[in-house]
Order: sequence, then C-alpha cells, then structure tokens
Amino acid sequence: MARSVPQSRKITFTIIAWLVALLIFFPILWTFLTSFKTEGEAVAVPPHFLFFDWTSVNYEQVWDRSNYPLFFLNSVVISIGSTVLGLVVAIPAAWAMAFSPTKHTKDVLMWMLSTKMLPAVGVLVPIYLFLRNVGLLDTRIALVVIMMLINLPIIVWMLFTYFKEIPGDILEAARMDGATLGKEIVYILTPMAIPGIASTLLLNVILAWNEAFWTINLTASNAAPLTAFIASFSAPEGLFYAKLSAASTMAIAPILILGWFSQKQLVRGLTFGAVK
Amino acid sequence: MKFKSLLLGACASVAMVASAQAVTLTIATVNNGDMIRMQKLTDDFKKQNPDIDLKWVTLEENVLRQRVTTDIATHGGQYDIMTIGNYEVPIWAKQDWLVQLDDLGDNYDADDILPSVKKSISVKDKLYAAPFYGESAFTMYRTDLFKKAGLEMPEKPTWEFIKKAADKITDKDKGIYGICLRGKAGWGENMAFVTALANSWGARWFDMDWKPQFDSDAWKGAAKFYVDLLKQDGPPGASSNGFNENLALFQSGKCGMWMDATVAASFISDPKESKVADSVGYALFPTHAKYDNHGNWLWSWNLAIPAGTKHEDAAKKFIAWATSKHYTDLVAQKDGWSNVPPGTRQSLYANKDYLDKAPFAKLTLQAMQAVNPNQPTVDKVPYKGSQFVSIPEFQAIGTAVGQQFSAAVAGQTSVDQALQNSQQLTTREMTKAGYIK
Repeated sequence: MARSVPQSRKITFTIIAWLVALLIFFPILWTFLTSFKTEGEAVAVPPHFLFFDWTSVNYEQVWDRSNYPLFFLNSVVISIGSTVLGLVVAIPAAWAMAFSPTKHTKDVLMWMLSTKMLPAVGVLVPIYLFLRNVGLLDTRIALVVIMMLINLPIIVWMLFTYFKEIPGDILEAARMDGATLGKEIVYILTPMAIPGIASTLLLNVILAWNEAFWTINLTASNAAPLTAFIASFSAPEGLFYAKLSAASTMAIAPILILGWFSQKQLVRGLTFGAVK
Repeated sequence: MKFKSLLLGACASVAMVASAQAVTLTIATVNNGDMIRMQKLTDDFKKQNPDIDLKWVTLEENVLRQRVTTDIATHGGQYDIMTIGNYEVPIWAKQDWLVQLDDLGDNYDADDILPSVKKSISVKDKLYAAPFYGESAFTMYRTDLFKKAGLEMPEKPTWEFIKKAADKITDKDKGIYGICLRGKAGWGENMAFVTALANSWGARWFDMDWKPQFDSDAWKGAAKFYVDLLKQDGPPGASSNGFNENLALFQSGKCGMWMDATVAASFISDPKESKVADSVGYALFPTHAKYDNHGNWLWSWNLAIPAGTKHEDAAKKFIAWATSKHYTDLVAQKDGWSNVPPGTRQSLYANKDYLDKAPFAKLTLQAMQAVNPNQPTVDKVPYKGSQFVSIPEFQAIGTAVGQQFSAAVAGQTSVDQALQNSQQLTTREMTKAGYIK
C-alpha cells in the first residue's frame, strides 16, 4: 500500500522542483531574452530582465549574414545519420553482450567506455590527415561516421542496459518456435526495447547536435553544422552578445522543441528498468 | 540522331570548359565589423572577376586560429585564403607555409602600406601577407570627468600622471572607476596589455640568449604598478575583464580612462552604442618617465595564401582587391569614411574626408608609426613582435604567464610570487623548446 504524503510536504517538494527546473532553464531563458536586446542593452549594468525595448534586429542580421538553412541541414543530416548508423551497429553488439555474454564481456564494455576518456584533441591530427588523404575533409559522410564512432560506446552501453532488463526466456521461446537470429532481434527484441531504443536515439541526436569540437575542426564551408554557425558570431573585439544569443537561440531551438515534444518518451526510456 | 549527338557533345564540352574555368575560393576569416562588411561588398569583386566564386568560413578568433593552424600544418588545403595576425605571419612564412605576395599587380602600391605593418608581415623584406586592417594602442579617457576633476590629459601622458588622474577620478560610491585595463588571462588578452606596459617600462620578455627576464627590476616595477593601479582604481572583478568587458564598462560610463587597442575608439565614439560618445578624448599610450616608449603595440589582420593552394592566381586577385585603395574608396562610398578599415595605408591618413570623420585617426597613425616590431623595448631582443613574442611557443607561455598576472590582480597571489612563477615556467618551456641550451 502506498504511503500517503502530507500536503505540506508535497507543496514544498513541488516548489523545490520548480526552482531547480528554473535554475537549470535560466541560461536558455537569458540567452533567449538577450537575443531581443540591442548590443548596448545586452551588457547593461544592472541587467534588464523584461523591461527593455524588444527588437528582432539581431535575428534579421544573423539571417542576412549567414546561410542558416545549410547549417541547419548539415546538423540534421549529421545528428540523425550518425545516430541511425550507430543503432544499426550497436543493437547487434548490445544483443550479443546482453544475451550471449562471455567472460570478457565486462572488459569489452569497460574498454569501449574508456575510449570516451581520451581527450579528443589527442587524435585530431591523425584523423585530420586520414580524412585529407581519402578526400573526406569538410564532408557530411565523414562527420556522420566520426559522430557515430564517438557516441557508439554510449549507445552500446544504454542498449545493453535496456536489453538486460528483457527476460531471456522470451527470446528462448521465440527460438524454440523457429525464429532465426535476425527475426529474434527484429521481431521480438526490438519491439520490446522500443522505449529504450527511442530514448537512446533521442539522447544521441542531442549529443551529436551539440558536439562542437569535431564538427568545427573537420569542416569548412560545405559540411559545417550549427555549432560552427554559433562560433561565427563570437568575437574578442567588439560587442556581439545580442547577435550571438540570437544565433544560439536559432541553433538550439530545433533540438529544444524536439526534446520538449519527446520528453515523455525520453524520461520513460531513461527510467526504464530503474524501478522494479 | 546525328544532330542530337552533336548537340549533346557540344553542350558537354561547354559544360566542361565552364567547370574548368570556374574557381571557388574558400576564405577563412574572423568575426569583426570590417570583415563582415567585406563579405557584403564582394559583388564589386565578382563584377570584375565573374569566373571566381567566394565561399566564406567565419569563425571566432581563437577557433579560427586553431582551425587554420591545423589545416596549414597538415597541408589540409581547405582554405585558399586565410585571415591571420602579424603574430602568425613571420612564423608561418619561415616554415614555407605561405605564398609570397610581392606581385599583387601594378596598381597595388605596396609602398603605401604603413612601414611598421609592412615590417611585421615581411620576412627578409618579402611580403607574405597583405594587411586588411591594423591597430595600435592608445589612451581613451572621459573629457567630462577630467574637466570635473580639474585635470588636463597631456598628448603624451606618463604612467605617473595616469596614476594620479585615476586616483582623483575614482568614485566607487558612484560606480566610477579611474582606470579600466585588461585583466583576463590570455596571451592575446591581459598579456597584450601587460607586454606593452612592460615595453614602455623598459622590460623585455627575453635577453639575447633567450633567458626570461621576469626577475629584472623593470618587470618588477611594471607588474607592481599594473596590479596596484587596478586594485586601487579599477572596477571590481578586473581580473576577468578583457577587451569586450572593458568596452562595455567604458560605453556605460563606468571608466575614467582605458588603455587598449585603437579599434575601440570607433565603438566608444559611436552614439548608437556608447552613452559617453560625446565626451571621449584620446592620447598616446603612456610612457615611463625615463623612456620615450609608447608600448609598441601593433596588430594587423592580414590576408594570406597557404602554400599549395590550387587557386593561387585567383586568391592573389582577391587579396589585391580586398586590401587595395579601391576597396577603401568603395567602403567610403557605400558605408561612409568612418567605416573604412583603418591602420594599413598611409594614403588613408592623408585623406581629409577620413580625418574629418575619425577624430582619433591622427593619434592612431602616430601610435602606429612609433612602433618598431624589431625593437619593441629599450634593450635589444632576439624576437620580433610588439605586444607579443613571435615564436610558436608564445601562445602557451603567454597564456600561462597571463594566468599568473590575473591571479595577482585577483589578490590570489603576490606580485613577487607571480613574477617568480612566470620566470620558472617560461624558463622551463624555453629550455624544453631548445631555445636555452
């Protein structure tokens, strides 16, 4: 039987939850507000919260100055492409480790995770030279593959965790009914792990969308995504905060909207199996 | 059928010829007003060169530096033209990474380039980049606050005068600070200012044997003066203020004086952006009473061609256009004289229209002419550079030393300790790099 929680405690926790949410959301809110200020207002001391002359001039200038649709398209292709490719590679790998483990499975998982601990800049030059030699610098395909490889450990780990929650008996029953390995993964395992796969997909789209090191360093004018778009509005000499905020808002808006609409799915996936 | 084949063949040939002739230049550039304006005005270039297309990659200065350095060091070939500073030009030219630019056409008039700028982007008297815009540093001050305090700014102020004036102007209760200076750590942030200050104080980074000189009396005097001045008369949190933070403070009326890049003058005198636009005065970068050295600050953004580009001729055509007198006239015609890129050509400073629109122009020229990048301070130095040392190791060393100075301004360490740490870390890095045997 569920314990009843006193009303006062409920209210306190609700207020705390709202405050924490506001605190986390505040930088985004401030960026959004700054994007509608003039450059002078953006650095005013003390800062003006809501009562200033709202202007859309920053958005107009940002739009005029750069080819936003191209940056946006590149971000979409790179983030979705790398995530889908990652899932294609990671689902069989996670299946093998979850349902057919060997004595080295744990080591393999740890080794995969350890690659995330290497500072990215340490392998920049070799990868740069490799891409130059194969003629793939500043191409979407190179970014899709690189992003996939970077996020692969996380995808495998997440899927492995979800797959471990699925009873092996169900898969065994399918096998006894004559299901092949492929059918087992496609028709039994994948539908059962849909919440987990969906949250993995969403999380990796977000990670790939926000990745700035590789996307800036391996691109120039053709495959540069929205991270490079933002970087083009910062300057050490001259005030640029309002324009930079407008560019940032334009860059994060799509992924923010996606996260907003899929938050139920995301939370369901992330807490999948957390409570038994 | 035969006719159709012939027609198709002719079309294919035309397409092949057209694609062979069309050249696309990829240009890496920084995000500043002058560069963005250039992008808008390229129709003029395209009219003259219909066979050349332009693609722009605009990045923040430090990101751009990292990007183009990776590309040029690995011969990545992603850019046909790069925007680089006079810090990079001599280092990269010595590595044979840049194309010589002594043949930019008969009308180019390379002799019109300011001698100090030309010197800073040349190696063995050969030009390896073309300057797009240049700057030195000077003193910007509030004429209204000076009047109120009964002060008069000399054209060539000394640091001693600056200290007295800062003490008198500072009114912390009203949020007015006598002095605003760079305190944010970074080789291009606080160390640009500190190095210029040290130059004027007779200090140098290295002696002729590349031995660091932070243990010298000149450095001790300069560093102590800088830290004490900022602590006493600077704004709160000065250790995290860079160019932009000080610009915002000055524009909102919080600073009495500000010594920084001459490019700041166009921002603080713009009534659309600055609250104090009508009460700004200018003077030269201060000197120490003993020396006639105004800091020797010199920076220029230049267009250069990486060696190995497939479009060298087209790139030269573009650079000749973007850094020409014709381009200056074009900007003046479209956006007015006050928006012309400053600090590169002598002819600009002989133009009455420009001088009328830019009250800071004469002092900018004076400051730039006073610079000698080969002899930035009193004693001889083994390096080229003004507010930086033009060696590849300087970015790392300069930033590490900058952190020491920033910590001293924040009160986290003493001036003596900061200098001692700077001496140690610079000696270690220079030994590792093979300069000190």
